[in-house]
Amino acid sequence: MRVLCCVKRVPAPGAKINVTADGLAVDAAHLGFTTSPHEECGVEEAVQIAERTGGEVTVLTLGPAEAAEQLRYAASVGAHLGVLVSTDGAAWDPQRTARALTAAIESLEAGSGAFDLILFGNESADSGGFQVGVRVAYALGRPIVNGIKGIEVDGPVVRARREIDGGFEVYEMDLPAALGVKEGINLPRYPTMRGRLASKKLEITTLVLDAAGGDQALVRLHRPTETVSQTVILGDGPDAAPAAVDVLEELGLV
Amino acid sequence: MLLVVLEHDRGTLGEPAREALTFGRTLAAKMGVEMHALAIGAGAPATEQVAAASGDHGAARLYTVDHDLLSDFGPEAWGQSLVQVINTLQPGAVLACGSERGNEVMAQAAARLDWPFVANCTDIIPPAGGGGQWSMTRIQWGGSLLEDATLTTGTALLTCGLHTVASAPVEPAPVAPPETQAVAVELDAALARTVVKDRVVLEAGVTLPTAPVVVGGGRGVGSAEGFAPLEELAELLGGRVGCSRAVTNNGWRPHSDQVGQTGTRIAPEIYIASGISGAIQHWVGAMGSKHILAINIDPEANMVVKANWAVIGDLHQVIPAISAEIRRRRDRP
Ligand SMILES: Cc1cc2nc3c(=O)[nH]c(=O)nc-3n(C[C@H](O)[C@H](O)[C@H](O)COP(=O)(O)OP(=O)(O)OC[C@H]3O[C@@H](n4cnc5c(N)ncnc54)[C@H](O)[C@@H]3O)c2cc1C
Repeated sequence: MRVLCCVKRVPAPGAKINVTADGLAVDAAHLGFTTSPHEECGVEEAVQIAERTGGEVTVLTLGPAEAAEQLRYAASVGAHLGVLVSTDGAAWDPQRTARALTAAIESLEAGSGAFDLILFGNESADSGGFQVGVRVAYALGRPIVNGIKGIEVDGPVVRARREIDGGFEVYEMDLPAALGVKEGINLPRYPTMRGRLASKKLEITTLVLDAAGGDQALVRLHRPTETVSQTVILGDGPDAAPAAVDVLEELGLV
Repeated sequence: MLLVVLEHDRGTLGEPAREALTFGRTLAAKMGVEMHALAIGAGAPATEQVAAASGDHGAARLYTVDHDLLSDFGPEAWGQSLVQVINTLQPGAVLACGSERGNEVMAQAAARLDWPFVANCTDIIPPAGGGGQWSMTRIQWGGSLLEDATLTTGTALLTCGLHTVASAPVEPAPVAPPETQAVAVELDAALARTVVKDRVVLEAGVTLPTAPVVVGGGRGVGSAEGFAPLEELAELLGGRVGCSRAVTNNGWRPHSDQVGQTGTRIAPEIYIASGISGAIQHWVGAMGSKHILAINIDPEANMVVKANWAVIGDLHQVIPAISAEIRRRRDRP
């Protein structure tokens, strides 16, 4: 089975997210970068499916040249091929991103046939537009369901589970199909030494293609107003237990 | 007209639908238009209840769409239905709640129309004088960051961020339910491919999003076994255990316990956050808590700084001591 997973490179902020002076991006000067969490799980899922079915995993990202780091990471945990649609690094609107990814997938499939399964993250960790996967799948004529936390491939059919309050829904589609997956679908493995070495040798296919911009434009990023709390320190160590239980008692919980 | 897409599960209207109507009321007023509601596939038996609820929340009219393919949720069939309703009714804007289903159905419609769609808005300003440019503020990073954006479009496709507003009926209540009107759609039978096939019900009882008390543990707990005292305290308080991503990444707890941007948003009476530093992605899942008690060895930890109360110390000693104190007080005659 040939599985494609689309991933996004995002900064990994800690206690606070800072914005650049022009307000157009997260200030990543002192930050590391990572694969958006849903997609990290997407890569793991793709690798597991390929391991079970003896298949091949391609990872596709749209981003700056540095996004090759995320492709190499994917290779270090078992992906076979990496494709970069290279941009200037500025944030692309959802329509433009979807158009470029569609064109990239069409060009990959023109060479080697349709991917059996395409995985997207349910939404990217940063801009969170909740639409790129759906747009690409629709443009390619594939069915897609979002919010997926379980995938089972059974011959020509894929069964997918979506979490709902107190249980899950089951969807069943013929391949080729696409799914938007969420963190929790699996526990991504850590790269092994061998995987790290192999990832250095990963040959990355770079596609240079542009797409028409959409109609949504970013004006400015800003932090929401923070609620400032005057923390009451109840004490140090186990001796503070009675004071803590006083608090719980006040809330009517004891 | 502003068209609000109602989220429902086989005819039962959910809280997201009421939120969308509540948010939509303000937006329709800003647009200077009526708010109408749309129920896709709620089925005839439910129409009365859906009509009453949409009227109570300010909808002047309810449109219903019925079709064999709409007896259960299916993102493609719902998206395709919405496209046809938009073509028939020509609304000025379409709004849904930014729940999982809401965003998905809007994305499906937007893809089919090749129109823009702006997800998870917290504030929307329609163009002055009819046509032109919309402005909005929307959620990025699960709420850690906001984006001001503009949108140039005919009919705007929008969702409001989940829990951006608390749902509220109009006052005084309308005297009669809104007029109901059926809209016909034609759907390709192939769209059955993404209709819900089956459902599995797992747990009854207190779930993490609704738990009145959440006892959270982070990397500071140190191991899967280390959670036993947290389980015990949660049980004593009728609550649930939650955790940080550091914990799920280590395989100490299942992902269903994770609080945060890529986990669950909690809203308990009190969140007891132990051994958790309070990274922004964790905080956005925890900030809906009414009160927070942090337990941490580091008095400077973000979680301590943001909490109402804090105990500075080793959670492995503090948590059992709290449980023991609760028992002691309960056993007191
Ligand atoms: C895109 C993205 C999405 C993310 N989504 C989530 C999410 O949904 N949820 C989430 O939680 N994280 C999420 N994260 C990860 C997040 O950034 C942090 O890495 C994570 O929350 C840290 O978990 P922690 O607080 O348990 O660990 P740490 O940050 O390592 O903190 C451990 C804390 O425990 C304290 N401690 C240590 N020992 C003890 C002890 N014995 N007693 C008391 N205190 C002790 C320390 O002082 C410290 O404050 C996300 C990250 C990214 C990039």
